[in-house]
Amino acid sequence: MIDNHILATVLIQLFTAILQLVFWQKTLTQRILSVLGSTLAVCFSIELFSKVFTGETLVMNAAGWQAPFGIVFVADLFSSTLVVLTSLAGLAISLFSCVGISKPRLDYGYFPVFHFLIMGLTGAFLTGDIFNLYVWFEVIIIASFVLMTLGGRKTQLEGSVKYMALNILASTFFLTGIALLYGLTGTLNMADLAVKIREIDNPYLIEFAAIFFLLGFGTKSAIFPLYYWLPSSYHTPPSAVAATFGGLLTKVGVYAMFRVFTLIIPPSQFMQNILLFLAALTVLTGIFGMVNKRNIRKLFSYLIICHIGFMIGGLALFTKTAFLGGITYLIHDIIVKTNLFLVAGLMSFMRGSANYDNLGGLYKDYPKISLIIAVVLFSLVGVPPLSGFWPKIYLFGASLDANAYLFFCALILGSFFTLSVVIKLWSEAFWKEPKNREKLVDKFTVLPSKKKVFLILPIGLLAGISLMIGLNIEFVIQVADRISDELLDSSSYIQTVLK
Amino acid sequence: MELVLVVLIGILYATGIFLILRRSMVKLLLGIALLGNGTNILIFLLGNIVKGSPPIIGENVNILREIYADPVPQALILTAIVISFGLTAFAIVLLHRVYAFLDSDDLDDLNTPDEDI
Repeated sequence: MIDNHILATVLIQLFTAILQLVFWQKTLTQRILSVLGSTLAVCFSIELFSKVFTGETLVMNAAGWQAPFGIVFVADLFSSTLVVLTSLAGLAISLFSCVGISKPRLDYGYFPVFHFLIMGLTGAFLTGDIFNLYVWFEVIIIASFVLMTLGGRKTQLEGSVKYMALNILASTFFLTGIALLYGLTGTLNMADLAVKIREIDNPYLIEFAAIFFLLGFGTKSAIFPLYYWLPSSYHTPPSAVAATFGGLLTKVGVYAMFRVFTLIIPPSQFMQNILLFLAALTVLTGIFGMVNKRNIRKLFSYLIICHIGFMIGGLALFTKTAFLGGITYLIHDIIVKTNLFLVAGLMSFMRGSANYDNLGGLYKDYPKISLIIAVVLFSLVGVPPLSGFWPKIYLFGASLDANAYLFFCALILGSFFTLSVVIKLWSEAFWKEPKNREKLVDKFTVLPSKKKVFLILPIGLLAGISLMIGLNIEFVIQVADRISDELLDSSSYIQTVLK
Repeated sequence: MELVLVVLIGILYATGIFLILRRSMVKLLLGIALLGNGTNILIFLLGNIVKGSPPIIGENVNILREIYADPVPQALILTAIVISFGLTAFAIVLLHRVYAFLDSDDLDDLNTPDEDI
């Protein structure tokens, strides 16, 4: 069905950013605009989701050019679910940024760039054209470069060099893959590609293109062995920025992999084996990285890598149950990872550092806030009935069905070590008595209560969503079930776009 | 013509990857730029190079009957060039700032020790 309202969320972010550029250095106006724009985006994205959920896949032809000639935007259930999650995470981060980002950074355009970044993410989820996906990826990385370097501290710049170089390299590989696909099929529309690529006799050429996509998206989503840029850069920017990156940027790579390897590239045993092996190794490297970290933000960076492996494994197994697990995990992970970095920000506000040596006694000082954080940590670990529990059941089941024992072991180890680092985090940061209590810099208590609300509300909001996902899991499974069906059988997607 | 382009793409990719593997930041930047150009020419090559037949439909016909030059790759390359121009400009400024901090061109010096392992 043709519907031109698909782009509403993208446009809201765009206009919010432009309006904020008009109010350059008027940070109060920018803050109000940011929260308003994000709230509006949440409303419109939920409207889009409910339209797609109750109706059918929506399509928009840019400038009225019929597919496959023009650029199309497609909102199927997968895209619209991710748009809702992105907008929700965006709202939480924009609330947190109002207080969590220092004044000089706000003065030099933090908010406009942040909204350009969210715009890029929503666009990438909604596009139905592979070259357009590349353009959205570039929008995302150029905005993330600015966010990463804004402030210009030495460690930040050093992290940015690695981040910049590897992300540009990944984009080049992605573009090479597009070039090969265009050479093979002569089209860029994803649905049209899906039709034409199945007419090609030579599977090796397609696998050659697939490897380039794997390199490109693999670097973006930080899978083994392409993840090195992530732990060496994610701990450097302010927490709100790290939350955007950790919660959303790696997930757009996972989304692109799900899209390209189900819709466009026909499933082959060769790619599935590679992906499954890489997924298991991603989980294991994440574990090796996180067990000895004493800085919670570095710890969380490795947690991201570890859990990316879960989702890629879900894709690699290529069965209904595995997709169900992978997609439910993706839904859960966007919310939880965003929240984790916000929590890390709040903790460094309370103790002046994110290192275990300076943390401690948080439970004694802030019992109520600790309770909210406990919900976040519990859903990260996957304590039933919270959100992390359900996808793991499906993943365990799917990997046993497929006799994928390496991945199965990696899953168990991954879950176990996630639990162990969270226990360590809890005892070090919340229960332990801080070493030098008189030396602690508590920037949180001195804040006026109005500002405290802005730091706690987003964490509470996202924790509430995690709780909702866990308690309302029937609905989430129903959504994930329909998404998996759409991914496994893309004929309805192709028909809707090409009719 | 195709063969020349194929060789050129090979050279650009090879030199690009070689430069990226060096430790110097400037060479990293040059390597990224060369790789990007290699990709652009690859798109150009894979779009079937045809000389002297524009994709214009004649007056009395409805569709293109002859072999025609595909205009899409040129649009793609133009977009990719503009994007890589922006990224390269940013990268130059970033590397300049890093150089001002570190006083070194060596990528191995980018490891200010953190407080922990």
